[in-house]
Amino acid sequence: MPDLKFSNSLPTNSEKKAVDETIELHGPVTLEITERLVYSGWQRTQERRHLLLPTLHALQRASGWISPGGLDYACRVLEVPPAEAYSVATFYHLFSSQPPSGDQILHVCDDIACSLNGANDLIDNLRKEGYETKPSPCLGQCERGPAVFVQGVASDDNVVFDTDLKQLQKSLTESSEKESIKLPQAGSDHLRLLSRVGIVDPNSLEDYKSHGGYEALIKALEIGDEQIIEEVSTSGLRGRGGAAFPTGVKWKAVADEKGRTHHLVCNADESEPGTFKDRVLMENDPFALIESMTIVGLAINAEKGWFYIRGEYPIAKQRLAGAIEKARKSGLLGDDILGSGRKFDIEIRSGAGAYICGEETALFNSIEGFRGEPRNKPPFPTTNGLFNEPTVVNNVETLANIPRIILNGGEAFAAEGTDQSSGTRLFCLSGRVALPGLYEFEFGATLGEILDAAGGFSGPGNLKAILLGGAAGSFVTPESIDLPLTFEDTRDAGVALGSGVIMAFSDADELTKTVLRIAEFFRDESCGQCVPCRVGTVRQEELLIRVADKNSVETDISLFDDLASVMSDASICGLGHTAASAIRSALNLGLLETQ
Amino acid sequence: MSETTEKPSETLVEITLNDKKISAPEGSTILDACKQADIDTPTLCWAENLTPVNVCRVCVVEVEGSRALVPSCSRPIEEGMVISTDSERVNTSRRMVLELLASSVELDRADKEILEWITYYGSNPDRMGNSSEIKTSKQPVKIQDDLYVRDYERCILCYKCVEACGDDAQHTFAIATAGRGFEAHISTEFDVELPDSACVYCGNCIGVCPTGALVFKTEHDMREDNSWDPDNQEVTETICGFCGVGCNLELHTQDEKIVKVTSPSDHSVTEGHLCIKGRFGWQHAQPKN
Repeated sequence: MPDLKFSNSLPTNSEKKAVDETIELHGPVTLEITERLVYSGWQRTQERRHLLLPTLHALQRASGWISPGGLDYACRVLEVPPAEAYSVATFYHLFSSQPPSGDQILHVCDDIACSLNGANDLIDNLRKEGYETKPSPCLGQCERGPAVFVQGVASDDNVVFDTDLKQLQKSLTESSEKESIKLPQAGSDHLRLLSRVGIVDPNSLEDYKSHGGYEALIKALEIGDEQIIEEVSTSGLRGRGGAAFPTGVKWKAVADEKGRTHHLVCNADESEPGTFKDRVLMENDPFALIESMTIVGLAINAEKGWFYIRGEYPIAKQRLAGAIEKARKSGLLGDDILGSGRKFDIEIRSGAGAYICGEETALFNSIEGFRGEPRNKPPFPTTNGLFNEPTVVNNVETLANIPRIILNGGEAFAAEGTDQSSGTRLFCLSGRVALPGLYEFEFGATLGEILDAAGGFSGPGNLKAILLGGAAGSFVTPESIDLPLTFEDTRDAGVALGSGVIMAFSDADELTKTVLRIAEFFRDESCGQCVPCRVGTVRQEELLIRVADKNSVETDISLFDDLASVMSDASICGLGHTAASAIRSALNLGLLETQ
Repeated sequence: MSETTEKPSETLVEITLNDKKISAPEGSTILDACKQADIDTPTLCWAENLTPVNVCRVCVVEVEGSRALVPSCSRPIEEGMVISTDSERVNTSRRMVLELLASSVELDRADKEILEWITYYGSNPDRMGNSSEIKTSKQPVKIQDDLYVRDYERCILCYKCVEACGDDAQHTFAIATAGRGFEAHISTEFDVELPDSACVYCGNCIGVCPTGALVFKTEHDMREDNSWDPDNQEVTETICGFCGVGCNLELHTQDEKIVKVTSPSDHSVTEGHLCIKGRFGWQHAQPKN
């Protein structure tokens, strides 16, 4: 036993049971004392450190908070120093260090899309009624806001959307049948990634198979690992998470790291305000993602895949867990995939309310049981990723393209879209459009064409601005409607495609509030590790409040430029690098109304 | 001595540093190379006896081909790297990092060189707005025992104390960063008082603190009654007599009284770290007043 000091606080029976059960799921509770423990005792115990996050989830669920007794018990079992476990617990918004006042905690989205749909009134009303209510950053339900994430105490989490006080009160007391998805483009021949959404039963492996499911895995086993990577390289597929890195290059780099354990991580920590595409895929076509991950696992020679999904997506998590279980039972995951002798399995890990954990290195730290603080790059994940081993991290949408590339070949995929942006792209439309929702277009469609498909502008007043790419993206004006939304055209225009967010605003909306909410978002979501972002995001918000209040633009603009420079130049990760991006575009376009 | 003792690499790597070609041993960081070339580089979270955490970002430099600036303290040099340490971007970032810290943290007891850098880079924290409208780390001083004082409104969150308490020296893990963003702070579990935590009072956190957030109680008390006077302190080296390890001690004396004890960070035995006996055992050498 390492020489750790614990407290005398005791866990409740339910907390003890929750911790024991969580750890039992992952192996025996007692450590075997070996000679190695003597020589590297600390390292040895680190092997269980990665169970800290699931254990904290279990404690939060058991008693509605991370109590001193519960935390101390988890620390004893996992052999983690209490100060470190506390530091991890307080990093995440969904872990509370105060006891709950009732049997559920309501996290009400008041982010940029939901606040256009009455979220702030909903919060006021809920508070008046005495509910434990916490304003939440974007919950990924932007096409059907306002949305509430209902965090259960000793009960399951749930999400309620397109709601008001009365409906919410009703759904908190009765269990309602989950509404099935209605895609705005349902039935269109042009759908690729969304072709099965709303059609296939997400809980049925048979139904998935009858819609072409698992044909790609069979073909992948036939053509072999190198050919899989070759096809994906030929396809020109680039990452859909925001960074647009060529997927084949990443895979090859990891496949070439011989003699080391490889990992595959599916980044499903979708938290960019305005983004909900991955949620729709996970909730409605979960087997496709399991099949895709299996193909990648084979290609890069990883035997373990990690599905890191944000904690606010309980339905997606439940459906994915079901799909993994069914695939395992049918020999589609496990020690001998389809009789090939190849191994691959997937473990789901839940985030706990931290946008930063979508940054790949922060995600590694989060899985490993540390604070979700990004690491400095280089070294890159392809050589030093999860557990310091070579790791491929792919976004959900990126992965969803893989079966089609394998079945039809890389060249067919490359022929779609434009030279530098091959294939199709998902766009998350929300705000002032007639038909908000998830859309799929072949690359090359212009902003105007996509807005038209969503029924065009709808709302009071006139279209004033469109936010592209989310809070980390930028605003454009209606003058940009002819911009083709490809990687190359958006880059040349100095805007970001990011995660495919298209959010429309009217001249009747208070855009100053929207911009302030974006500043508040970055201030809240900064991990606090590096100075430029920790203090810079706070000063940026204060500056915007001054600009809005006092119209003191001149001196503050030079300060804003300096803040934007230090955040984008000297921060550790992409959060700081892009924290001023949308705000800068709003200032440049004169979107802020000053008094 | 074991034969596997690590020697510095003999392979040299050629880089261009501020338009001059220089060679430095493979495995050196950019900061090492800067030192070799006599280029003064500000650092806050870096220390020679700790693993670089590259969080303060004041040591950033511009590396050709890299979109963002690069922390010199942790980035190893590579053959052909072209580095600039005094470009406009570098100077803006350094000025702003210091300005952001100075606007939120009380720095009047910080290491002298930090205050010199603030002047050198022209940081002006006042333009962040008047103090009533900007957030700072103001909070009460924590005095929970006779040895330590923790004044976290002076904390720049450089992680040095966490490293010294943890993997880099003491392996006690009594403190860590809790909370997130601007609310991130150094804390024990549930903020329990230090005597109830895992703290063993080695004083190594105080030894590495660059801003006076963590100080020995003696120093704090003397500062409070305005008798702390570093210019009139003498430093006497000796070897700790409590056990056979042989730790070097530096006894800081003022008016012929020991006021604090440190150990040189380049000392082969201690690497600057001590235990409670070396750090505080001197109290037996002189009567308490």
